[in-house]
Amino acid sequence: MSAVVDIRNLSVSFATDHGPVKAVHDFSLEVRSGEVLAIVGESGSGKTVTAKSILGLLPGNATAAGAVLLSNKAGTSSSDVVSLSKQQLREVRGTDVAMVFQEPSTALNPVYPIGWQIIEGIRAHRKISKQEARAKAIDILGRVGIPDPEERVDHYPHQFSGGQKQRIVIAMALALDPGLIVADEPTTALDVTVQAEILDLLRRCRDEFGMAIVLITHNMGVVADLADRVAVMYQGELVEQADVTTLFASPQADYTKKLLGSVPFVGHGTARAIERADARPAGWAEQTPVVSAQDLTIQYPGRFGRPGFVAVRGVSFDIRPGEVLGLVGESGSGKSTIGRAIAGLTPVTGGSLSVLGTEMLGVKERDFRPLRKRIGFVFQDPASSFNPLLTIAQCVAEPLVVHGIAADAQDARAHVDELLEAVQLPRAYGDRYPHELSGGQRQRASLARALALRPELLIADEPTSALDVSVQARVLDLFAELQAELGFASLFISHDLAVVDLLSDRIGVLFRGELVEEGTGAEVLGAPKEAYTKRLLGSLPVPDPVEQARRRAALAELRKTE
Amino acid sequence: MTVATVPNRSRWARLPVVHQLRQSVGLQRGMLVAGLIITAIFLLTAAFAPWVAPYGFSQLRDADGLFGSAQPPSAQHLLGTTVGGFDVLSRTIWGAQTAFLVIVFALVFSMFIGILLGLVSGYFGGWLDRVLVVVCDAIYAFPSLLLAIVLSIAISGGQSGLWAGITAAAGSITVVFIPQYFRVIRAETVRIKSEAYVESAKVLGASTGRIMFRHIFRNATRTLPLILTLNASEAILTLAGLGFLGFGIEPTQAAEWGYDLNKSIADVSSGVWWTAVPPGIAIVFVVLGITLVGESLNDLADPRLRGRRRAAKGAGLVAETSVVPGGTLTAGPGGVDGLESGETFGDQGIEVKS
Amino acid sequence: MTTTTAPAPAASGNTPKARRTGGGLGRYLLIRALLIIPTVFILVSLVFFLMRLTGDPITAALGGRLSADQLAERIHEAGYDRPLLIQYLEYLGNVFTGNFGTTISDRKPVTEILVTYGAATLELAFYALLVAFVVGIPLGMLAAYVRDRWGDAALRVFAILCYATPVFFAGLLTKLVFSVWLGWLPISGRASTRAQLQMQRLDDPTGIYTIDAIRTGNPDVLADVLLHAVMPALVLGLLTAGVFLRLVRTNVIGTLSTDYVESGRSRGVREYRLVTKHAYRPALIPIITVIGLQIALLLGGAVLTETTFEWRGLGFMLSQYLQARDFVAVQGIVALLAVIVALTNFLVDVIAAIIDPRVRY
Repeated sequence: MSAVVDIRNLSVSFATDHGPVKAVHDFSLEVRSGEVLAIVGESGSGKTVTAKSILGLLPGNATAAGAVLLSNKAGTSSSDVVSLSKQQLREVRGTDVAMVFQEPSTALNPVYPIGWQIIEGIRAHRKISKQEARAKAIDILGRVGIPDPEERVDHYPHQFSGGQKQRIVIAMALALDPGLIVADEPTTALDVTVQAEILDLLRRCRDEFGMAIVLITHNMGVVADLADRVAVMYQGELVEQADVTTLFASPQADYTKKLLGSVPFVGHGTARAIERADARPAGWAEQTPVVSAQDLTIQYPGRFGRPGFVAVRGVSFDIRPGEVLGLVGESGSGKSTIGRAIAGLTPVTGGSLSVLGTEMLGVKERDFRPLRKRIGFVFQDPASSFNPLLTIAQCVAEPLVVHGIAADAQDARAHVDELLEAVQLPRAYGDRYPHELSGGQRQRASLARALALRPELLIADEPTSALDVSVQARVLDLFAELQAELGFASLFISHDLAVVDLLSDRIGVLFRGELVEEGTGAEVLGAPKEAYTKRLLGSLPVPDPVEQARRRAALAELRKTE
Repeated sequence: MTVATVPNRSRWARLPVVHQLRQSVGLQRGMLVAGLIITAIFLLTAAFAPWVAPYGFSQLRDADGLFGSAQPPSAQHLLGTTVGGFDVLSRTIWGAQTAFLVIVFALVFSMFIGILLGLVSGYFGGWLDRVLVVVCDAIYAFPSLLLAIVLSIAISGGQSGLWAGITAAAGSITVVFIPQYFRVIRAETVRIKSEAYVESAKVLGASTGRIMFRHIFRNATRTLPLILTLNASEAILTLAGLGFLGFGIEPTQAAEWGYDLNKSIADVSSGVWWTAVPPGIAIVFVVLGITLVGESLNDLADPRLRGRRRAAKGAGLVAETSVVPGGTLTAGPGGVDGLESGETFGDQGIEVKS
Repeated sequence: MTTTTAPAPAASGNTPKARRTGGGLGRYLLIRALLIIPTVFILVSLVFFLMRLTGDPITAALGGRLSADQLAERIHEAGYDRPLLIQYLEYLGNVFTGNFGTTISDRKPVTEILVTYGAATLELAFYALLVAFVVGIPLGMLAAYVRDRWGDAALRVFAILCYATPVFFAGLLTKLVFSVWLGWLPISGRASTRAQLQMQRLDDPTGIYTIDAIRTGNPDVLADVLLHAVMPALVLGLLTAGVFLRLVRTNVIGTLSTDYVESGRSRGVREYRLVTKHAYRPALIPIITVIGLQIALLLGGAVLTETTFEWRGLGFMLSQYLQARDFVAVQGIVALLAVIVALTNFLVDVIAAIIDPRVRY
């Protein structure tokens, strides 16, 4: 097999405000035709930079050294992307190598029909008539699975769903039949069930169109599902490369081992949950629940008297003292809305929601405020959950000051230091500003703030979804430790089944605002009853290529029966 | 990782403008510096007008007698005299003082009222918000000069002493600008209101006042230096426009560029250029300077518009010798976690989140 | 000049989602049209009360020239001695029926002033906008294309200079250079007396001199009219062009950093095409909205331009009445302009909505 692209000693550095930063260092890699090569690594590892340098798409403040030898599909010519002129680069892009972007909703120009955009790409390289190009566009749209391509070729991007948009982006990449597709996190922005479909499509690109794919991802499940070979990057360097089964079965580099060890695996938490359930004292289940929802309905107000969007409909569940309820669902399932309603951030519009004995339907902020000190909340985005103008210590002291336990941040400092230590942050970090901390550190500080008043209930809304997998593992461990130690009840919200499984006593599955299934981890994940749960579970790629191949077959079977 | 290892920058470097100056590069820095220099000249002229100007703004004679009407530039009068017999250079210099006073008054008042309304309106929403938005949008869309004229009539009845003139001009500019501050602060407040840190304060049970002033206010007003500079230049133009239409300040009370230009329309037809050009150039110069500062601040605040340093030629060789403080390969102060930041490349537009 | 990137247009129902779920374009337009009413109402009321703060208009205009008795009689005649609220309601009623009052100094209905002088302002505004579009938009794209290089810096300084030069000063300078020193262009007015006489001989003249001049069939008249328009149109047009240039540059650069432009680049689309098609078209929607707000700048500038060049339009008349302290006329013209501003802003929003495919479908 010949190499489609041969990267030799590639180094890329960026000029920044703080001096030059090296993103990729002496990186060499070969991609053979017709194979899927996954480049994995965490943020800042240089994987996206490497991918973009294959197309010569580095931003203006970057400089590259080394060589990226790109061949055409037939293998008859090859050129070094690093040293090509602008004009030559333009000729190579689209014909020899194409790109699939992370966020399909922004990769399509909103003001032009999708057909126009595909045709434009074709006509930038081939001298053919508009009709011919249009016929080609329709053909390619049909092949990536867009129904009624003759009609939909004239539609605008906003008329397609997220998954369809990603299919269109892939269609654009396929349009000129390049030998190589660079896919930068092609499924990260998609829900897990849609992700499975896009992964299937990419597999078809390799099998039917004979393309090589460079797959950039941080998700080891995706790697196990699609890749033939894997290259692991860490801090700009290639630490290991191997074929996919070898890498998962016997990783060589320490970093790879650590990375694989951090990946949560569905089913791993079940044993722990059973252990804890056994340890509960008798009569535990009869206690008054901390949170109790009956037929809970939440509707967002509509504009100009129109009925609003119903985010949650008829959901019932209990959270008992010291229990962790995990809520999973895809985007738009209403999982965050429930968390916000419990914290009094979104008003309840129907049914009943009792939080610490207070009915939330029609509750007044004045009546709810005293209860707030018994509730903690950890937000999803560590970047925005701290006031950028206050130091970490001031932020963590905020609950103590608000509830009159300390006069001001200075007064609370001793307490804050203890809290920071409890979440394994050095005391000195209290004097830093939020932007001076990394995402994982900020999320730990966020946990410290939420736990400052020793709440009985902690709501965690996707606390780790913005974090790298190894950081996520540490935060989750910390969460579990603190929960065991302090014994608070918790609502843990996540889109990731494996994460929820790791921490929860019971799991609820939400689908379009309804709670379709609820039970212990063993019940829900071990023997799901509902079709949606089965599909959700089946779509989740597991970080084990052999197991994943089996599951993929099972999912295909499941889809057929539906 | 760079951010985490860089020691806390001094307060001086965090100040607006100073911070941006350090941040800027190349042409952008050139534009900012040019703007700052021009603005500084303007401020110094305004402050030291009595010492810089050869004569008083309403001086018609000196020891040698009357200056004379419409005298061309000469050694005594570097820029000649007006038809009314004033020294053009002196009036142009004194005009800086009037302009400065009007800017300061107008901006202080409009900022104060606009920010307060914007905060309240944006935070509480509801019918008050809707009414204020419609009112401010209506005023915003209306020609500011016409509104200033009407206001100037209302405030001073069109009469003008020094302070009456300045209050009228400043007052009318104030009302014109309130909607601008209102819009900006309201939009920021609405955005920040849904930021996680404000929601977090709400969940903690912080009082409304505390949320508004401790969490929203300071964050919402970060863009103010920028709007302030842009409005300062607009204030000068509005003042000049008012003066030009005859709502300026009487020449015996103060020197005002727009008024002087108004008086020089007729001169131009007879080829007398020196009465019109100096005050006009003064306006252009000051507005240019302040706008350059404002635009540069705007560019630097917007990552998409920020000019970037181009990495030095000779490819990655530079970077190999001078890597990030602390080194790329060694761990940061927080151990491996010190390096886990996803923000390292965030503002470079690469590897934003994965 | 106040907004760099476009603000959210108008107040209501503007998120694409709300538009889509709300029965689309028709509903949006209806709500937007209804918004004209409060806008006009607010401005008219504001102007009314502000103008009355200092007393009745008769005293302001004629005080000192008439005896106290005569003044009182005129005040009574015009009804200015009645309670302010009643006057206000009557005024609102009048405005609603299209009656903006009668001037004090020459006793003309304000609406007649509009008919007589509106055409001149319209003509000036048309030429100025033409200059603004022809100069501002291509140069804005050019600046975005060569961003962060010398050409860009030069264009930006040019844009700031356009904006920083008060129109009356630019007017004075051009008059000095092109009329007084070089003698190339007429110094002021809309046409020479001879041309004006020829145009008046037409039956039913439109008042828009370019059209009237063409109808006379005399090329000399047309040349005369066009030569008179050159300086005012350039002066007013360049003011607006500076703002357009800046606006186009900022928004095009903003869209140039989006994924879909990068996506176009990854397909091998030419950089020139990326700027002119991919980045420009999406940037156009916010640009149009902001351009709507520049109508205000243009009208304010028109008052000053017309005064400088003695271009006998609404703005020129406004400054004449201001000099005469005829506040009824001022109030009437300003209220009328408020209606015009509200209507043009509505039109601009309609155009922006029609261009945006997310609204159209």
